Amino acid sequence: MISRRDFLQVSMAASAMVGASGFGNWSRLAAQQSLTQDDLLQFDTYGNVSLIHITDIHAQLKPIYFREPEINLGVGEANGHVPHITGADFRKLYGIADGSPSAYALTYNDFTSLAQTYGRVGGMDRVSTVINAIRADRPDALLLDGGDTWHGSYTCHQTQGQDVVNVMNALKPDAMTFHWEFTLGSDRVNEIVEGLPFAALGQNIFDAEWDEPAELFKPYKFFERGGVKIAVIGQAFPYMPIANPRWMFPEYSFGIREENMQAMVDEVRGMGAELVVMLSHNGFDVDKKMAGRVQGLDVILSGHTHDALPEPVLVGETIVVASGSNGKFVSRVDLDVRDGKMMGFRTKLIPIFSDVITPDPVITKLIDEQRAPYINELTEVIGKSDSLLYRRGNFNGTWDDLICEALIQERDADISMSPGVRWGPSILPGQDITREDIWNVTSMSYGEAYRTEMTGEFIHVILEDVADNLFNTDPYYQQGGDMVRIGGMGYKIDISKPQGSRISDMTLLKTGEKIDAAKTYQVAGWASVNEGTEGPMIWDVVESYIRKQGTVSVAPHENVKVSGV
Amino acid sequence: MNFTRRETLALGVGAAALTVLPFRVHAAADEAIAAFTGGAEVGEGGIELTAPEIAENGNTVPIGVSAPGAVAITVLATGNPTPGVVTFNFGAGAASQAASTRIRLAGTQDVVAIAKMADGSFVQAASTIKVTIGGCGG
Repeated sequence: MISRRDFLQVSMAASAMVGASGFGNWSRLAAQQSLTQDDLLQFDTYGNVSLIHITDIHAQLKPIYFREPEINLGVGEANGHVPHITGADFRKLYGIADGSPSAYALTYNDFTSLAQTYGRVGGMDRVSTVINAIRADRPDALLLDGGDTWHGSYTCHQTQGQDVVNVMNALKPDAMTFHWEFTLGSDRVNEIVEGLPFAALGQNIFDAEWDEPAELFKPYKFFERGGVKIAVIGQAFPYMPIANPRWMFPEYSFGIREENMQAMVDEVRGMGAELVVMLSHNGFDVDKKMAGRVQGLDVILSGHTHDALPEPVLVGETIVVASGSNGKFVSRVDLDVRDGKMMGFRTKLIPIFSDVITPDPVITKLIDEQRAPYINELTEVIGKSDSLLYRRGNFNGTWDDLICEALIQERDADISMSPGVRWGPSILPGQDITREDIWNVTSMSYGEAYRTEMTGEFIHVILEDVADNLFNTDPYYQQGGDMVRIGGMGYKIDISKPQGSRISDMTLLKTGEKIDAAKTYQVAGWASVNEGTEGPMIWDVVESYIRKQGTVSVAPHENVKVSGV
Repeated sequence: MNFTRRETLALGVGAAALTVLPFRVHAAADEAIAAFTGGAEVGEGGIELTAPEIAENGNTVPIGVSAPGAVAITVLATGNPTPGVVTFNFGAGAASQAASTRIRLAGTQDVVAIAKMADGSFVQAASTIKVTIGGCGG
């Protein structure tokens, strides 16, 4: 039996590096001097197996800024537990000093000044350096990619994922699972997967017609590392055909398929697996529920909901590891597996501070080669921001407020809607906005910006429907996105209520009038899951708006009133 | 409700969009249960209903039922205007008492499977299947 007291040997990379200190007082140089690559990578190799987890990169090959959420509410059993703890409460829980590198990496407060102090995060050339260092300690470490890798940037869109595939292949992963990859369309996904030099896994990727496991994607793969028989079982995003356009990959069906997961665990145990790892794109709350219901999982490497946790969460004897997004973190998970049993673990969530970790020149060159054909388009400055632009959070972010305003202005609408996705880097006040920056928060294969008429009643139905995907108390009914963003309209939401009675007081902001259920409104939005949606591409709409504005300012929005927390 | 084509194209599953709120159990469902069981008490356990938590397509939702030792299994979509979906009868020579099919759901609702066992007792399993507009996955 593993008890937390006996075996929990976690360490948060940055927390011990810099003692308590006033934030914002250091010069950039001073901060860099106190933060070294050796500190970030320091790890006493443990046990006999090492896993390296990276997930939800969203095609961010270069360093970026990424602000973690301020509002991340949990409902039901998740209420008050990580990852539904943010800001000061999060720092208190993990003993993180205000203004420290960990505070910058893991919480939202004072983001602008801390970003100016500590610099950008991520970059696959820095990630490569970290992976190489772990492999130097443990040459047979497994590198596992949790998916949402071939989506999310200008170059990824233009090359249909090839730029990221080329860079990731150079990092030599051992296995991967999937979500947004399927929005490249099934023909393209199949083409890439057929040529992948590593395992493409998903026990829940089924043939839609026959409701049988899809041939191209295997449920699991065995590895022998450190004398241990390891089975890695893939779990793709369960709600792909619902959250994303089904018509783009009609041959495939997904779902949670808990009973099949149990069958796969039993099967690999029967074949002699001593360690069972689930490489998951379920989202954290779904993974926690699954950990408590499927017997025999040792480690869940959790992706999809973009949570970064400095310690794994224990559910029974299963550890659930969450490794953030956008290339901002890499998790190292060292395990002691003996006599067919996981006896202990030591983990480290390594923040990729781009100015501290030396880039791997081989990967830098490879990334730059992918970007070279598009470098003029990527780097063209469209405008400038006076405000911090970010997306993460349950209800709104300033990037989405800007996108919603662009839709209203450019498409002459009363109300606008922007999808509650969790990807998209941040922009600091005073920073230029390039075309690449706009694509980083809008790029997708179904980016048409529609304009249509909706009744007040229909708008209410949409909000109720999306709210239930986020606030249903049963994690298996959650889809892992945030609330749809609304421009031009305010509303109240009581997250403790059931579907149909959460949303009230919908108000048209330009007149202050209540939304009339029977009245028709002009609504502009993007990322419709329906085939045949017409309109200009969202990145063109946003570019046109920013160009006209020159410098954009986005005041904090307070159009959503939340209760029932 | 009048919907133009443009409206129904804009978001979600079009015609199903207005029917995503949970359906009440139709009285017809209770009647169908009574007809199958003859009013006998229905227990739990010994029957498995496999269904997705959220339907990928409400018009064709794959489900499976299994109840070792059953002589018949009936499946009811309790929120559909006509709840009765199918009744599988298993003869003495049946290798297993399991079956799967696809069903159409008018909206979010509980699907119930009831097995009649060889001794004349009844057991049931239920599962909530959600029908949603979707479209905002992270």
